[in-house]
Amino acid sequence: MNEVIVQQVYKTYQHQEIKAVSDVSFSVKKGELFGLIGPDGAGKTSLIRMLTTLLLPDAGSATVHGFDMVKDFREIRKRVGYMPGKFSLYADLTVEENLSFFATVFNTSIDANYDLIRDIYVQIEPFKNRRAGKLSGGMKQKLALCCALIHRPEVLFLDEPTTGVDTVSRKEFWDMLKRLKQQGITILVSTPYMDEASLCERIALLQAGKIMSIDTPENIVQQYPGKLYAIKSASMSNLLQELRNYAPINSCYAFGEYHHISFEKETSNMQNELIRYLQSKHQHALELKPVQPTIEDCFIKLMNATV
Amino acid sequence: MKNIVIKTDKLTKRFGDFIATNEISFEVYDGEIFGFLGANGAGKTTAMKMLCGLSTPSSGSATIAGFDVYKQTEQIKKNIGYMSQKFSLYEDLNVIENIEFYGGIYGLTRKQLAHKTGELITQLGLQTEAKKLVGSLPLGWKQKLAFSVAVLHEPKIVFLDEPTGGVDPITRRQFWDLIYAAADRGITIFVTTHYMDEAEYCNRISMMVDGVMKALDTPAQLKQQFNAGSMDEVFFELARGAKRKAD
Repeated sequence: MNEVIVQQVYKTYQHQEIKAVSDVSFSVKKGELFGLIGPDGAGKTSLIRMLTTLLLPDAGSATVHGFDMVKDFREIRKRVGYMPGKFSLYADLTVEENLSFFATVFNTSIDANYDLIRDIYVQIEPFKNRRAGKLSGGMKQKLALCCALIHRPEVLFLDEPTTGVDTVSRKEFWDMLKRLKQQGITILVSTPYMDEASLCERIALLQAGKIMSIDTPENIVQQYPGKLYAIKSASMSNLLQELRNYAPINSCYAFGEYHHISFEKETSNMQNELIRYLQSKHQHALELKPVQPTIEDCFIKLMNATV
Repeated sequence: MKNIVIKTDKLTKRFGDFIATNEISFEVYDGEIFGFLGANGAGKTTAMKMLCGLSTPSSGSATIAGFDVYKQTEQIKKNIGYMSQKFSLYEDLNVIENIEFYGGIYGLTRKQLAHKTGELITQLGLQTEAKKLVGSLPLGWKQKLAFSVAVLHEPKIVFLDEPTGGVDPITRRQFWDLIYAAADRGITIFVTTHYMDEAEYCNRISMMVDGVMKALDTPAQLKQQFNAGSMDEVFFELARGAKRKAD
């Protein structure tokens, strides 16, 4: 059963000058953890705001938990939780007041659904009398998640919950999402961090309002065309220049400690030839090895293919 | 002998009982790409404000491009560039107006400005966008333009606060090409990032935890020191013991 079905949705701004979402279709299964992966301007927020009935599409249709996103907006609003990218709770209310406000709005109480938020709420409970505006970034995020969950939604929409958050806090947040998923909540989460893609069950790679690929992270990586190699030398900046000048190289870009490269044509001695060429250009301490592509490699490949 | 462009000695900032930055001492060299990393709330922003001459330290000392952070903050501001993800350019001015505005503030002459503006627009391939409002440009272009504007006056040091957050993977790499080119011209780069692959592009990395500088070395040395396969692991190892969590 699909909890979210999106069919050929379009959204433009400023008299159709900005095409935020173009012909996007996908579906999210019940209980699935689905990721919208893409940079700023990819259309992630527009999509989430349409599905949470805060924006109307220009064209196309979508259902959430069986309800039409335009006609049945009241029904959808009762059944979804939404955590916007920007902190949107009441800064002048305390932690507890915020939570109880959102519970009341949805005709429920903190006690009725406490089991769902317990794991997260206990971490901020010591500060329950503090005003939300005075919380640290990490605590604000946890409170926002509790407020989005307090009415036990069928589908949870999270818009870039980990943007600007350090690695350690990001890992903690994803652990929280996994535990929520085990409680049967369908989760649609967006992120600009490609390394978070592997934490989702299925992902859509978004760029400039269009979906470039939808699949499990494993399948997307497997579908990477051709082979990918990692190379490094004692002088990484010069090495990149030399690689760009070397015709048999199809693509090359920095990737952390290494540069990632692919060849125009796979031949038996292309690796040796490359090493000899680079040695002739005074590159030393060279290391070249085949590597598994990551989601970021796939994203770059797909972006280049669409340009 | 390497030229030192930033030198701090037990630099400290207190807010009441809270020690945001606790006795940090380090040096940054001419033309170096220096990564300034740390968890949220570790004290990075506070430290950067002191280094830019925007916040007076509580104790300790520091010189930036040879100028004192207590007494010579105006000279510091003239000799540095600054760019952050949150604030960089004026969205309601067009590309040329932004360049002229910043150039004017940094005291470039009309002749210098005309030359620089043309050069920059060609370099970034913004010829057709020159008269467009900056607010209408894609984020990646904005960030590249913002960086170029931050180094328009050829400062000794440029401070970059999370310059690539949310930028697509191709543009992120083009941004680093600009950083390398600036470093090759002798501009020292002081950069913060949450992308651990970008930590690898720095000559040296420092890691702040709870207001203290816990580690400072080349990426290779840090990985060896912490017996880690990646910078991500090094960061995790250092930051997971952090007690402070804030923005």
